[in-house]
Amino acid sequence: MKILVCISNVPDTTTKIKFTDNNTKFDSTGVQWVINPWDELALTRALELKDDASTGVKSVTVGHVGTASADPTIRKALAIGADDAIRVNIEPTDAYQVAAQLAEVVKAEQFDIILCGIESSDFNGSTVGSMVAEFLDYPSVSAVSGLNIEDGEPVITREIDGGKEIVNVPAPFVAVVQKGVALEPRIASMRGIMQARTKAIKVMEPVDVDVLTEVVTFEPPQPKPECVFVEEDNPEKLIELLQNEAKVI
Amino acid sequence: MSVLIFTENWDGKFKKLSFELVSYGAKVAEMLGTSAVAVSIGNVADDELTKLGKYGAKKIIKLEDELFNIFDNKSYSAAIAEIAQKEEAQVIIIANNNMGKAIAPRISVKLKAAIGSCVSKLPLSTEPFVVYKKVYSGNAFAHVELKTDVKIITLAQNSFDLIESSNEATIEQASVDVNESMVQTKIKDVDKQTGKLLLTDAEIVVAGGRGMKSPDNWTPIFELAELLGGATACSRPVSDEGWRPHEEHTGQTGKIIAPNLYIAIGISGATQHLAGVSSSKCIVAINNDKDAPIFEAAQYGIVGDAAKVLPKLVDAVKEVKSK
Repeated sequence: MKILVCISNVPDTTTKIKFTDNNTKFDSTGVQWVINPWDELALTRALELKDDASTGVKSVTVGHVGTASADPTIRKALAIGADDAIRVNIEPTDAYQVAAQLAEVVKAEQFDIILCGIESSDFNGSTVGSMVAEFLDYPSVSAVSGLNIEDGEPVITREIDGGKEIVNVPAPFVAVVQKGVALEPRIASMRGIMQARTKAIKVMEPVDVDVLTEVVTFEPPQPKPECVFVEEDNPEKLIELLQNEAKVI
Repeated sequence: MSVLIFTENWDGKFKKLSFELVSYGAKVAEMLGTSAVAVSIGNVADDELTKLGKYGAKKIIKLEDELFNIFDNKSYSAAIAEIAQKEEAQVIIIANNNMGKAIAPRISVKLKAAIGSCVSKLPLSTEPFVVYKKVYSGNAFAHVELKTDVKIITLAQNSFDLIESSNEATIEQASVDVNESMVQTKIKDVDKQTGKLLLTDAEIVVAGGRGMKSPDNWTPIFELAELLGGATACSRPVSDEGWRPHEEHTGQTGKIIAPNLYIAIGISGATQHLAGVSSSKCIVAINNDKDAPIFEAAQYGIVGDAAKVLPKLVDAVKEVKSK
């Protein structure tokens, strides 16, 4: 069984977000780039499955759509334990374009399970994984918080309103994963970092895809007014403010 | 032409978010000079369906086929795409929640329709069609042009106020070309609580963090939530410690919520936590550290020990609620 984990290259989550070119471009000056946190959980779970011989998972490949500038992030994924990587060499522009390219990767290499994080911390689209599934006409399960393989069959936990469902879909399939699928992201060991240097990043040329969306401009969030403090022995005052000023209770 | 809205129900009743979606969809329809059509999948009684009319839907299309008892991403998205084509939908509106995220991208590929996800305002313009969405986990917003004829919007929860009118809707039964072989999801087990207010649906949320010191100290949080008719939540360390279930974890990697009132007790307010709650209309923070970042996001704050403040706060709420 072969797993593809699709990863996105995002600014570290503590990055101060700034824009340039009249607020039309993200200012990447001094930014640390990391694997998108949800994709990191997907990768961790894929590696856990591979570590367990009973699952029959033989390899974990990382897929990425982006230019060579993302190679350090891909190397991190290889250092954490992925066997190899495929990068589609094109600047990512929107979810539809990225998903279309990833679908080509799957067609070329044939995977049984495709894992994607539920969203990226930069564009917050929550769309790529399920789009890949539709391009390939594969079944997909979203909001996945648990993934096992028992007797060669996937056992998938998905979050639904007010609870969980354990479901099964036939492979090949796409699982769009979230918190819970792995507890803590796996960290690269020194040995892993050394080994990653010799692992292959295969570069694929992109296919032609229409761009369906375009960012016109970015906008920083509105500054929040200062917090109004209430004395700790006077919670009645707080309740009064909530009732009469904020009008929320 | 139409604006199509995919509604969600919960045990045969519409969730508040469905009314929000329809209110939003009716406004978008008005901007485009067309009408709002709502789709309901599953068993919902007609008197419940008619409620959608009050929020501006001119027509309600119901799909009751047993096939849809299983939430399967492929069959649901195929059904909605087919109805969208029949209704000549220019815009399809779907919630930006677990269900919406599972199907909206598939519909986007099927119809080659540009998708604007996690949108929190009405379109900024219709020619060109530009939507306003959250990016960088709430640290910025983007104006995004959707360049295709058919567009999909997934609406961030609790970002649009309900608009009631005297409008009445007609109800139509639909059939779609979806068959059993398409449904590939098999449900093995369900663990679902019923009758409990959903965290993502709650208008008031009371949350506890590590500053609560022990799971034994949660009683006043439950009390406060119950008195205010709200739900309870927690920060990541609390769910990681197992003090509260993971379902209650709000934050970037947990649930993203946007209630009218969010009361954070003993939560310092790390960036990752704020990313999950910063869209709340009003944030109240109670923390013993006056420099905690939660106070930067909060509208009202109390610097003090939760154990001392909470009982007094509960009494104060009881007092006003008894009036």
